[in-house]
Amino acid sequence: MARSLIVALVLLFASGAMAEVADVYDFADRAEEQRYQELISELRCPKCQNQNIADSNAPIAKDMRDEVYRMMQDGASNQEITQALVARFGEFVRYKPELDSRTFLLWATPAIAVLGGLLVVAGVVIRGRRVAAGQPALSAEEKARADRMLADGDEQRRS
Amino acid sequence: MKRFLLFLPLLVALVIGIVLFAGIGKDPTRLESVLVGKPVPEFSLKDLHDPEVQLTSELFRGQVTLLNVWGTWCPACRDEHDDLMWLAKEKNVAIIGLNYKDDRDEALAWLDRLGDPYQSVIYDPRGTLGFDLGVYGAPETFVIDASGVVRYRHVGVVNETVWEQTLLPVVNEARGNG
Repeated sequence: MARSLIVALVLLFASGAMAEVADVYDFADRAEEQRYQELISELRCPKCQNQNIADSNAPIAKDMRDEVYRMMQDGASNQEITQALVARFGEFVRYKPELDSRTFLLWATPAIAVLGGLLVVAGVVIRGRRVAAGQPALSAEEKARADRMLADGDEQRRS
Repeated sequence: MKRFLLFLPLLVALVIGIVLFAGIGKDPTRLESVLVGKPVPEFSLKDLHDPEVQLTSELFRGQVTLLNVWGTWCPACRDEHDDLMWLAKEKNVAIIGLNYKDDRDEALAWLDRLGDPYQSVIYDPRGTLGFDLGVYGAPETFVIDASGVVRYRHVGVVNETVWEQTLLPVVNEARGNG
């Protein structure tokens, strides 16, 4: 009983969420709609920043969705559509910026961080091995001093 | 080597501090305009005052103009209207209006009531030219030189300070070269 209720609720809300897009645009097939959804979720709204145009209610986001849809109906490729919007609103509207000299650091930072981490780990491991293999923990002189201290301690306890 | 490592956290904190400090005071809503240096997009739209007249990008040829994007639905446009009147009357600046996503009757009533600072007004009820210009919020003001190339884009209200500190230098430069 409870399970069927949950299923019913899930279905109810799922259809509500889809309706906002589905009732506005008609797509030839499922794949086209998927492509449209992917495109609008990767484009950023210039007005309400930090929202993509799929989520934004701003009029400009609506215009951008219309344009994406119109260009798709005209048979434009994903790249052409993104380019057309970038030409109007700037690189800002891309959530995935192109790799160029300005965004190089942005894309390279994760790799640099991983590489740096590996270097640190390697350094620690190598040094640890060298200490373990090469030199004994105490030099001869240090060992003698330690022995003496231990001996002193023993004597004091005895007396 | 060990001693150097002790300073590493300080170094990291310093670098992060410098990077974050550089971002302070920057207005994140101010976007670069890709249109700067490019001609005004082609358009063919009706004149607000006279629906018989078709306006095209030829409108911007021959003189340095300000293209002001406005609408009666936009409170900030009401805010800057008096300053636009001042610019047109006192400073003899050529301003062309782009009535963006608006209603013709309401727009005409607005100009009747508050005065008309525009040499001509492009009527763009569906926002097509606005979209091509990358307008994402009115008011916006573009400086366009005599050959119809966008020189500058200002997002937000135009007032005396903005005019003197931001727009006038661009206009002067455009006048000198154009």
